[in-house]
Amino acid sequence: MNTISNFYREIKKNRTLWLMALPAIFLVILLMYIPMAGIILAFKDYKYNLGVFGSPWSGLENFRFFFLSGTGFLVTRNTILYNVMNLITSQGLAILIAIIISEMKGKYFKKISQSIIFLPYFISWIIVGAFVYNIFNYETGTLNTVLKSLGGEPLNLYGMPNAWIFIIAFFNSWKWVGYTSVIYIASITNIDAECFEAADIDGANIFQKIKYITIPSIKPTIIIMILLNVSKILRGDFQMFYQIVGNNGQLFNATDVIDTFVFRSLISSGDMSMSSAATFYQSVLCFVIIMLVNGSVKKVSPENALF
Amino acid sequence: MYKNIKTIETKSNKINTKKRSISLATLIFNIVGYSLVSLAVILCLIPFIMLISGSITSEQAIANYGYSIFPKEISFDAYALLFKYPKDIIRAYGVSIFITVVGTISGLFIITMTAYVISRRDFKYRNKLTFFFYFTTLFNGGILSVYIFLVRYLHLKGSYLALILPLIINIFYLLIMRSFMKSIPDSISESAKIDGAGDFTIFMKLILPLSKAGLATIGLFYALDYWNDWYHAMLYISDYKKFPLQYMLYTMLSAGEAMSRISSMSSVSMAEMPSRSIKLAMAVVATGPIILVYPFIQKYFVKGITVGAVKG
Repeated sequence: MNTISNFYREIKKNRTLWLMALPAIFLVILLMYIPMAGIILAFKDYKYNLGVFGSPWSGLENFRFFFLSGTGFLVTRNTILYNVMNLITSQGLAILIAIIISEMKGKYFKKISQSIIFLPYFISWIIVGAFVYNIFNYETGTLNTVLKSLGGEPLNLYGMPNAWIFIIAFFNSWKWVGYTSVIYIASITNIDAECFEAADIDGANIFQKIKYITIPSIKPTIIIMILLNVSKILRGDFQMFYQIVGNNGQLFNATDVIDTFVFRSLISSGDMSMSSAATFYQSVLCFVIIMLVNGSVKKVSPENALF
Repeated sequence: MYKNIKTIETKSNKINTKKRSISLATLIFNIVGYSLVSLAVILCLIPFIMLISGSITSEQAIANYGYSIFPKEISFDAYALLFKYPKDIIRAYGVSIFITVVGTISGLFIITMTAYVISRRDFKYRNKLTFFFYFTTLFNGGILSVYIFLVRYLHLKGSYLALILPLIINIFYLLIMRSFMKSIPDSISESAKIDGAGDFTIFMKLILPLSKAGLATIGLFYALDYWNDWYHAMLYISDYKKFPLQYMLYTMLSAGEAMSRISSMSSVSMAEMPSRSIKLAMAVVATGPIILVYPFIQKYFVKGITVGAVKG
């Protein structure tokens, strides 16, 4: 009771400030908090005309379907594997490039190369889809043009699901390494220049400086980046998968992730039973993982915790 | 005197060590480093080069040899056809510009006001309110629930609002904006308050002009999000006259439907259409503006990412 009247007094006192925050509060409630209720669909047999609350309950039927059909296991496995692979490749490359660029002396080379590596971040995934078509399509793709001109046989990549694991890893890094390396370069710039000067005087070579000064100094940034990625481990980058793989059914075993699966059932089949189970399972597990990860980080090194 | 000798000593020491041990390691590092970065630069550029060269290759050459890294027979037929009947492209550009401008301005204004509120140290509920926003990044109902909510309950299918609303609140940008605002000294708000200015007046007259760097940065982030968005168009828009540019491009790349529209408009038969090069030409036309403004806007993004990373 007391807190409510306190809150009321606070609103009266800071009326303008609350009014200023109101549009954002309203929109967040409308677009984020209200749809949260939709996850109960996982326990319902959704009928469009009956709506979310009018549809009949179906217990755990949706989950049984999702997991017994094998789809649940497949998309979960793919989502986790791609996220781990993309984490290692894109963070590793970003750290490497950030360290090299920070050590570079040539001002123009440094600036221009950094700009070009950052460029893909600005390009929509649609254009990446155009690249994939341009390079890999069987009849006229650049890859096959080059192979043929070298006297080789054209490759039908759409019959080789495993090749797409590498294609996805490549374009994921292509898109994100520039962005991520900006974060690492900022972190390297923050290192006290005196450390490097002292190391120079002591006769340390460049590799020793990187090993003993640069890497230990950017460790907190690396940890935070890994944490952020681990907390998203059950979320697939829908736009990337959809534009690179598209609707090529032959490739789904190797490339279907939770998000593409949910989307397909939304757009094409209109059957929400399995995808609502998938959504529930993804949202809840993601939340649990973030809480666990953040909780344990808070215990070990509070300064690295996310919140 | 003694001090001087000492500096000279360290200087000569520095030079000696440089000559002795650093040179070989630095040499190796430079060779490996410059080659790696050059390779990365080439890999980043090569898809663009292939895209452009495919779009200016004659249809005949593509049919015979396929796309290649450099064009075999140069022809601008695809561009000529695209620009001969540019109605679709111009309309799609118009939709994209409209969505981007409206979305960016309203999103930026809403976010900036809120960021100011939660950056005010005398605002008692600022931590609770920040967590209210932050929580939505930890837990959400998923695309399925949002889709059902917007279509079944708000009836936004086919409306431009369905393209604007989903991107209008971005919690990450809100937090970056708050970091920008924290660098403005509190004393400015306080002294204006003593002079009798209201909170909204302080925000409009004092805080906004002081946040130009933050506004430019977050505004560009928003603009890029709206400009590159195709996903919400795919979910909510089915009338091709309302397609934004990116989604228009997607339908051209993936379905024959857009191609047959161009064919009927230009009275070029489907068989004679340079359909292979026109897809890539359309991709070039859709990406062109971003590449052109990129050199000028890049530094704002670097700034925004840096601020976001420091207090993420």
